Amino acid sequence: MNDMNEQEKQLVEWLSDMNEDDAIALSNKMLLEEGANPLRVLELCRAAMDIVGKRFEEGEYFLPELVLAGEMLDMVGAVAKPLIKQGEGGESKKLGKVLIGTVHGDLHDIGKNIVCFMLDINGFEVKDIGIDVPVKTFIAEINTFQPDVVGLSGFLTLAFESMKETIAAFDQAGMRDKFKVMIGGGQIDETVRAYTGADAFGVNAVEAVKLCNKWTGATA
Amino acid sequence: MSQMIGPYEQSDAAKAAYDARWERIQACVRLERPDRMPVGLHSFFWPANYGGITYKEMMYDYEKAKKVTLDAVMEFEPDGVYPLILGTTVGPILEKFDFKQLQWPGHGVGDMQPFQYLDREYMKPEEYDDFLFDPTGFYIHKYLPRIMGAFEGFDKLPHFAGMHYMRSMFGMRSFTLPEVRASFDKIVAAAEETNNLFAHHVDWVQRLNAAGFPLFNGGVATSPYDIVADYFRGATGMMKDLYRHKDKLKLVLDKMATIVTKMTIENAKLANHPIVFIPVHWAPDAFMSQKQFEEFWWPPFRKMLMGMIDAGLTPMPMWESDCTKRLEIIKDIPAGKCIYWFERTDLVKAYEVLGDRVALRGNLSPSLLTTGKPEEVDAAVKHLVDNIWNKGGCMMLDGAFGIPDETPVANVRAMFDASRKYAG
Repeated sequence: MNDMNEQEKQLVEWLSDMNEDDAIALSNKMLLEEGANPLRVLELCRAAMDIVGKRFEEGEYFLPELVLAGEMLDMVGAVAKPLIKQGEGGESKKLGKVLIGTVHGDLHDIGKNIVCFMLDINGFEVKDIGIDVPVKTFIAEINTFQPDVVGLSGFLTLAFESMKETIAAFDQAGMRDKFKVMIGGGQIDETVRAYTGADAFGVNAVEAVKLCNKWTGATA
Repeated sequence: MSQMIGPYEQSDAAKAAYDARWERIQACVRLERPDRMPVGLHSFFWPANYGGITYKEMMYDYEKAKKVTLDAVMEFEPDGVYPLILGTTVGPILEKFDFKQLQWPGHGVGDMQPFQYLDREYMKPEEYDDFLFDPTGFYIHKYLPRIMGAFEGFDKLPHFAGMHYMRSMFGMRSFTLPEVRASFDKIVAAAEETNNLFAHHVDWVQRLNAAGFPLFNGGVATSPYDIVADYFRGATGMMKDLYRHKDKLKLVLDKMATIVTKMTIENAKLANHPIVFIPVHWAPDAFMSQKQFEEFWWPPFRKMLMGMIDAGLTPMPMWESDCTKRLEIIKDIPAGKCIYWFERTDLVKAYEVLGDRVALRGNLSPSLLTTGKPEEVDAAVKHLVDNIWNKGGCMMLDGAFGIPDETPVANVRAMFDASRKYAG
């Protein structure tokens, strides 16, 4: 976005610098007092999130910044979205579909939620099917959603076996070649990737985005 | 000649073995080389798989849990053992206190699944002031009733600060409320179960010691940041607080450091054991910036470590995940006073940075132990021995976070055999 006026630049800067109070006050003023186009404000948010993602990738930002950025995005969205007139704008075209869940036996979701957020702000249509997801639920959800990428999350060591079972079930259901499978979580490494038969693993949310970009042909 | 450890006889040979094992650990702590590389046995539900019982039995059946853990100790002969009964056989107390922060077999997960923590917001951000003003009052009226059903009536208890003279009696009427009485009844019954658990723990420790095996650690503690993040604010709440409530958060962290240090020293005295295990959750490189680590995480933790060291204790933080970038910072403690256990940090790299400061423990990866072959485990032990032990390092061998639940017994045998083959 190169065509921003001074006020818009200020909003992007405050959002991307984690200056929450000023950013939210400004976006509320723009939307509620000055009649700014809500779609334009959401575009500014996306520009700010691009900066946040880059700073995360470069090692300047970490999990707290991703979480706070997500929170600010929700706060701006809660004000902006009801102001969008019917028929105006609509959802922007998505880069690809990603289905994500924590495998059966494991109840952890912090990492999974951050990966979903990063994929979402990077333009993917994400379906999060929750935690402790049975194999048959994965298969049913895949049949309905038709994802390009399936992400299996797990924090505990028991997840190694659950991931292996889940991926084997994709094979048995004859769907394994219809999407790529990525795995991630506390103990996941190349040994676990090979053991489970996943296509790739990632150690953080940026790696998940890179994998999805690569697999869907989107620009990294 | 022999001596009695509680009701159990300890032979002279067992005493000599106990003393030798304990000295191995102590020599490492002092940064002196012991006669051979010590090996620890730390786990949660692996002994259930080893002994052929369910995780649910391991959590509820004291006798079965004692048997499978002692059988494992007798077979592998570690130099130090985690207090395994206190670590796992907690089903009865969880149930009687109606503990809400975990799901465990029969309570949210299946009979062959480990207990799992529920990350939630147990203290709201606007309650920082309440905590800072009166931590004990906050625990009594708000925190304990939120995390344990047995304490639900405690929110009706009077506020004790400010009670004196006649008011100290007039103010006590709420003790008669049915919900308060019910709470006290439940807590007494639950505390009796806690006594039962500790009686089994003491019995288990006596049998362990009589057979010649020391506990690796007596107590367990948690870092101030991790307590607030995990047990009060929840993971994402805490991350937001780094920006939204940073000044109050720092005050709470500092206060928590004092509270935890005091409690840890008291518990270590009760356990009569100097080594304190401290699993560290929120220090990893990927979780916060170096600046945030130095500003929020490390100062209260260092204060706690120093308090423990000054009291003659040996802190044993277990640095989860990869903490490579933190090594230079966490080096700032006196030499020969701590054991640093690393999970995914390259232990050889840790030795290069910290070898003259702390004893090291670790760190065969969970993926290797659970999915690898015995010869791969052997090679991984040899790698650590070649690059740390044989270079003069004071290291103790263990899994990255002990023995993962699903580890094949052959891989555990390979770990112990290799330690004796290469560094015995």
